[in-house]
Amino acid sequence: MSDWSKALSSFEGAAENMPTMTGNLGLQLEEPLIFEQGEDGRTGVDLPPVPKVGSKLGGLARKGKIGLPGLSEPQVVRHYTRLSQKNYAIDAGLYPLGSCTMKHNPRLNEKMARLAGFSDVHPLQPVSTVQGALELIDTLAHWLKTLTGMPAVAMSPAAGAHGELCGMMAIRAAIEAKGERRTRVLVPESAHGTNPATAAACGYTVDPIPANERGRVDIEAFRAKLGPDVAAVMITNPNTCGLFESEIIEIAELIHSVGGYFYCDGANFNAIVGRVRPGDLGVDAMHINLHKTFSTPHGGGGPGAGPVVLSEALAKFVPVPYVVHGKDGYSVVESEGAAEDGFGRLKAFHGQMGMFVRALTYMMSHGADGLRQVASDAVLNANYILACLKDEMSPAFDGPCMHEALFDDDFLKGTGVTTLDFAKAMIDEGYHPMTMYFPLVVHGALLIEPTETESKEAIDQFIAVLAGLAKKAKQGDQADWFKAAPRFTPRRRLDETAAARKPMLRWKPEEQSKDAAD
Amino acid sequence: MRYLPLTEADRRAMLAAIGVPSVDSLFRDVPESAWLKKPIDGLPDHMGELEVDRALSAMAAKSMTAGSVPFFVGGGAYKHHVPSSVDHLIQRGEFMTSYTPYQPEITQGTLQYLFEFQTQVALITGMDVANASMYDGSTAAAEAVVMANRVTRRNKAVLSGNLHPMYRAVIETHAKLLDFEAVTGRIEPKGASGGADDLIGKIDETTSCVVVQNPDFFGNLTDFTKLAEACQAKGALLIVAVTEIVSLGAVKSPGEMGADIVVAEGQSIGNALNFGGPYVGLFATKEKYVRQMPGRLAGQTVDAAGRRGWVLTLSTREQHIRREKATSNICTNSGLCALAFTIHMSLLGEDGFTRLAELNHAAAVTLAGKLAGVKGVEVLTDSFFNEFTVRLSKPAAEVVEALAAKNILAGIPVSRLIPGHDDLLVIAVTEVNTQADMDALAKGLSEVLS
Repeated sequence: MSDWSKALSSFEGAAENMPTMTGNLGLQLEEPLIFEQGEDGRTGVDLPPVPKVGSKLGGLARKGKIGLPGLSEPQVVRHYTRLSQKNYAIDAGLYPLGSCTMKHNPRLNEKMARLAGFSDVHPLQPVSTVQGALELIDTLAHWLKTLTGMPAVAMSPAAGAHGELCGMMAIRAAIEAKGERRTRVLVPESAHGTNPATAAACGYTVDPIPANERGRVDIEAFRAKLGPDVAAVMITNPNTCGLFESEIIEIAELIHSVGGYFYCDGANFNAIVGRVRPGDLGVDAMHINLHKTFSTPHGGGGPGAGPVVLSEALAKFVPVPYVVHGKDGYSVVESEGAAEDGFGRLKAFHGQMGMFVRALTYMMSHGADGLRQVASDAVLNANYILACLKDEMSPAFDGPCMHEALFDDDFLKGTGVTTLDFAKAMIDEGYHPMTMYFPLVVHGALLIEPTETESKEAIDQFIAVLAGLAKKAKQGDQADWFKAAPRFTPRRRLDETAAARKPMLRWKPEEQSKDAAD
Repeated sequence: MRYLPLTEADRRAMLAAIGVPSVDSLFRDVPESAWLKKPIDGLPDHMGELEVDRALSAMAAKSMTAGSVPFFVGGGAYKHHVPSSVDHLIQRGEFMTSYTPYQPEITQGTLQYLFEFQTQVALITGMDVANASMYDGSTAAAEAVVMANRVTRRNKAVLSGNLHPMYRAVIETHAKLLDFEAVTGRIEPKGASGGADDLIGKIDETTSCVVVQNPDFFGNLTDFTKLAEACQAKGALLIVAVTEIVSLGAVKSPGEMGADIVVAEGQSIGNALNFGGPYVGLFATKEKYVRQMPGRLAGQTVDAAGRRGWVLTLSTREQHIRREKATSNICTNSGLCALAFTIHMSLLGEDGFTRLAELNHAAAVTLAGKLAGVKGVEVLTDSFFNEFTVRLSKPAAEVVEALAAKNILAGIPVSRLIPGHDDLLVIAVTEVNTQADMDALAKGLSEVLS
């Protein structure tokens, strides 16, 4: 089925612009889809012959081919190695994504997660045979409760947004248990998009709270929106402008005074871990992105893990399953009937065990003393960037930031260069861009998070590059230069509009050959 | 603190550049009443690599691992052999330590494998399109129901009684707190075709979808073609869940039966048991529902020089654009687990995938035949893939404990998940089970049941 010349012909349209016949540029290699390679009858695994024992498929045997290509092991290894080389990664360089926390991913975490006692155990084995795995979950739960100052934790959410769903379900269950009906959830305009989406998914109307000129929740606007129909307020703290909500205790007291709950988006917990306990601020529910604060790798988009800590008021609504420790060791409460008030089950099985092992490994490597230093260094690094770039770029707000520094695009005004162009120029200089155009409340936002695992040297070099690009943009007449970026990547700017207009979401043999004929 | 590069001299220099006397002054927006003046009590201080390794290895050693004993536990998570190159490749830092591919020019590797993943999932499920993965099979099932409610503008889901009880619980939790109704059909451990008739009787003009599983929780295989027709006649969607994706190498695909949405657990291909997660949810549907689909999608396009490339696409369905109007709140996928799936599937290819499925089925047929000859065991399932249900002459939970004491992990007592079915045991067998494993189970059962 393979035809290399056909696969490579997808580059033909661009051939006159290409310096080589193949489209390869030295070590930067073009790589066709796996479906454009291989031969029928070839395979990358050796499996024994199938014994002749008859079939009990009840007449439902699959007929006809599936259409999967046949490749050997070395072909497959080479294919995915080549694909990997087209990716930027934290292992390759600084990854200053605000709100996403791209920090060092220790390989010890990976080694521990692959210990057979964690990776090769089944969630439905007898409880007596999984005591080590349950001990790990219980130990991690203890760390999370202690670090946040909260009495209970739900371990099963599979990601941060899944944790939000869990927390909001617990809040709704608590409200319904009181026989109340509340309809509104207050969400700041600057919130992560997952917050309003979660509140809406839980059946609530989302009521936005404006930000004040200091980048925080406008407390008077917040106060004006309070009422007996408000179920909760969802606030990220430190917020998405990289700022601590200085009136957070008052906000918590206000929402409690009308019988509502305080959901805290814990995406930025790494800024305060070991220095502030959310429980002391009046939080009722907060998810913790283990992949952000506790360094489990992002994996190109996942998997994540989002345990949710709960206050006394919500503790009894914790969903199944949860681990309990008795005199005979650990056991699991996993049936809904056994958990009296729990709101149900959010996910099959016990949660993201593989992520739990990585997170606990990281916590133990840092300890209580090191985690406190994590927050201090993350905040120091971000403020250093803010201070060093305040003259070349335009900080969105005055005063110190937490773990991320936010700029607006005022410094690009009149240059013809947009935030996007600026970001693409960073790629040519060897950097992954910062978070762009978020939070929405700041025009052309550039949100930079260095994290605590970057050295001063790495940050100084990064600052020099950003300052240089800002100077270049402000020279004038540089818009075309910026708009042509990136130039040295496997692909130049990609047409996202065309992709959305006529979606091609999978390979199809007929379309590919039609393309080649065009 | 080997992960923290700043020296005391660095910190002093940086504070001077900022113009503040101490790090504490950078925390001045935090109400002082909430400041912790010293490291949190009740947790140990930092440890070296060797100490952490020792502590966690000691913990890990306290569990009985699947690879160390005859192992027959399934129920939505399966022990298979994963080729060594899979884990090696996913641990390449360029895959493992990268982020969601928002900057397509420097994430073509991730985007291309997601496109390949979507293609593989569409092909094996027999559907038009698939997304770039969900958290796991159970949450994908709940998202599918929410999508069906949105597509049909109806709010009653009909769930098969033979759907995995935990999948059922996840959907029911969503129903309770997201304002839709979920009704469940009869639980029928022996044979599911009658179950399909029962479900057909429950479909009416308020039904948004019917959710079935194939093979079902008890291992039964069913042709859902008639059910699909009944759904279509009433304007409801048919959602088929597959918890053992290897089955699709041998069994007619849900797409061929007329499914509207297929959700599946992809753990079996490329991923370890991991005590329940992380796994990889598969989600596939018909072309006409693409814009209603939750989750991430990679799509083909061209770059400024006219060359083929990939981007994340149709993001206007997503929470970062539509906020409270989004198709779901999901903003992540199981990227690395999807990569493991894709690499393993690429290694298998057409021949390997088909052969792997045949080996699994043959092993199950062999074991079922062997156990049928054991006194006190009745094999209930007539047609199955690699998992089947037996009725025992003693309570299954006790039998499983007794066999665990003999270092045999015999299967799942149904009573652990569905109260009241004390004598039923669900047994899974895959290509990793040897003849000796099967002999040990048969011998163990005959000893415990005698």
